[in-house]
Amino acid sequence: MSRSKLGGILLAVLLAAVATGPVRGADAAVELTMYYPVAVGGPVTKIVDGMIADFEKAHPDISVTAVYAGNYDDTRTKALAALKAGQPVQLSVLFSIDLFELIDQDAIVPFDDLVPEADRAWFTGFYPALMENSRYQGKTWGIPFQRSTIVMYYNKDAFKEAGLDPNRPPATWAELADAARKLTKRDAAGNVTRWGVMIPSTGYAYWMFQALAKQNGEVLMNEDGNRTYFDKPGVVEALEFWRDLSAKHGVMQPGTVEWGTLPKQFLEGKTAIMWHTTGNLTPIRRDARFDFGVAMLPGNTGRGSPTGGGNFYIFKRTSPEERKAAYTFVRWMTAPEQAARWSIATGYMGTSKAAYQTPALSGYVKEFPPAAVARDQLEYATAEFAVHENARVKKLLDDAIQAVLTGAKTPKAALAEAQAGAERVLRRYR
Amino acid sequence: MPRGRAAGAAVRPRPAAPGRDVIGWLLLLPAAVLLVTFTHYPILETIRASLFSTPRATRPAVFVGLDNYRLMLEDPVFWQVLRNNVVFALGTIPASVAIALVMAVWVNERLPGRALVRTAYFTPTVLPMVAAANIWLFFYTPQLGLLDQVRALFGGASHNWLGDPSTVMGCLIVMTIWKEAGFFMIFYLAALQQLPPDLREAAALEGAGRWYFFRRITLPLLMPVTLFVLVNATINSLKLVDQLFVLTKGGPDNASSLLLYYIFEVAFAFNDSSYAATLTVVLLGILGLLAVSQFVYLDRRVHYR
Repeated sequence: MSRSKLGGILLAVLLAAVATGPVRGADAAVELTMYYPVAVGGPVTKIVDGMIADFEKAHPDISVTAVYAGNYDDTRTKALAALKAGQPVQLSVLFSIDLFELIDQDAIVPFDDLVPEADRAWFTGFYPALMENSRYQGKTWGIPFQRSTIVMYYNKDAFKEAGLDPNRPPATWAELADAARKLTKRDAAGNVTRWGVMIPSTGYAYWMFQALAKQNGEVLMNEDGNRTYFDKPGVVEALEFWRDLSAKHGVMQPGTVEWGTLPKQFLEGKTAIMWHTTGNLTPIRRDARFDFGVAMLPGNTGRGSPTGGGNFYIFKRTSPEERKAAYTFVRWMTAPEQAARWSIATGYMGTSKAAYQTPALSGYVKEFPPAAVARDQLEYATAEFAVHENARVKKLLDDAIQAVLTGAKTPKAALAEAQAGAERVLRRYR
Repeated sequence: MPRGRAAGAAVRPRPAAPGRDVIGWLLLLPAAVLLVTFTHYPILETIRASLFSTPRATRPAVFVGLDNYRLMLEDPVFWQVLRNNVVFALGTIPASVAIALVMAVWVNERLPGRALVRTAYFTPTVLPMVAAANIWLFFYTPQLGLLDQVRALFGGASHNWLGDPSTVMGCLIVMTIWKEAGFFMIFYLAALQQLPPDLREAAALEGAGRWYFFRRITLPLLMPVTLFVLVNATINSLKLVDQLFVLTKGGPDNASSLLLYYIFEVAFAFNDSSYAATLTVVLLGILGLLAVSQFVYLDRRVHYR
């Protein structure tokens, strides 16, 4: 872990050195620089470099330098800073929910300007749920690349021990509460030694909450990103259910659940069920010493989960040749064969139906069925939370959720407050 | 300062040669340029930015006067992080200084394995904060963490240390004391070793007990170090936020957020540079006020040899 991180940093330094060096192709090849984030474990930088090497072989007239720039927030900050400073950077992989921020900063161009009319079918080849975070005012601004969703990991051994069918994970909220009650184990003194279920509430609380809201038939924002629906009754109900898992049913650890240490708690058998990103599938598969299952999230009025992850964006400060080269590159990187290769290597999902039809990915899914859960869940998926001034509005929601889970406020009051705060921020974007 | 000037005016010597002034200024120049470029100019720029709105691609910055400050006074999160910071300072400063002093006196004695104990006390200081915070994250993890495992030995229930607003600040304080005390110990230890041994002999002749000697002789002689350590501890209580990135991200519901962490959030997550500048001006004001009061008030009570 630490060694691969160190390797990543060294590589980033090297790449940065290369990127800033005075390398000018003698054959007047178009040079592209791209920033990208790494948000999961594994040798992601190596995989990216391998793909780029193959691209350059296929397109000798374009050379690409990929700069690893930290997590999603770091990468956005660095890319925007580089643009401001006039450094050459033509495209980047950035958080799908940075869309409005990038548009508000006038930093990106829509892909519609680059794709010939006859070729627009390209957009519809991707899963529609993954494109929801790409569209704004009828145009497509981002192309899905490293995308994930929330799934439910469960401990099959614990299910057997509690007398539950390990091949029938809970499919509704009622079943979840019921199964979790049976899975919660207490010692003689009444202290809990294993919780039934845990939903993380630090770091990405809003993301988990989007899933619960969608399962109750609600979305949290409109497509234009200038209105939120935090105080709708169905949304309040979703937060009540989350709170009740610990406050009423006593099957989830009280207080907030830490995103970072939750996989460890699951691996150590301290919780029988956890909700987490698909991005953790490969590490869980590697470290679990028990039989585990991966399932779609349960639902109330229907199933639901938000998507997440990174999209390709092309920056405005580029020459026509650079834009064309960048488009060629994005097109190549997101083609079915590459998407399949990327998905198998990292655990991110294939971004198009065609990717799952390639021999490589269809073979992989047959051999390891949990890899298909995220894809199957896409049918019920919704866009990840994205509005104007996203970080600020997101924090209002995160704070409300944490206030409720720690018992400081009621769901109704906390969400009404968050809604009022969001209104103040978003009013001027209408 | 006024006293010094009055005395200087009375016996002001004529400059020996105009060249000496120039040399003096030239000698000051490199340091002055660096200070002005990287300290004084940014401070002025921050104050200026706090009076303007945040520039956006579509709307350039406009002068808004004290609007940002009015906004700040109405911002409940600002008041909460300020309160948190006071609790954090009161929790960390006296405890870490007191523990540092006790540890220094302890390892200054002749005891077996002294070098080992000194190293052990100093180790937390050497560890980078982010690494240390990652270790403590797993100490505090419910059920699996060291803390809960020890409690389990005595039949205690597991507790969600960082996920409970009533315990999260305590957790941060304990970790910070652990991190800082060893650093302050080094200063006390150095000072203790400078104390002339004849004082101890004289006190022994007069029949002073160990506690009396410590209270009336050692402690007053250590006051200059105590001042230095106090100033540092106070600054650190406003400056150390690395652990928040790893441990809590300011949560739950801002229960563990500190002023500087909030500034970071506003500046780099919300991209609201002018409000961040406003908060920074407040932080600078607090730091300036503390520095002045510490040097003016405490200086009088410090006994320099």
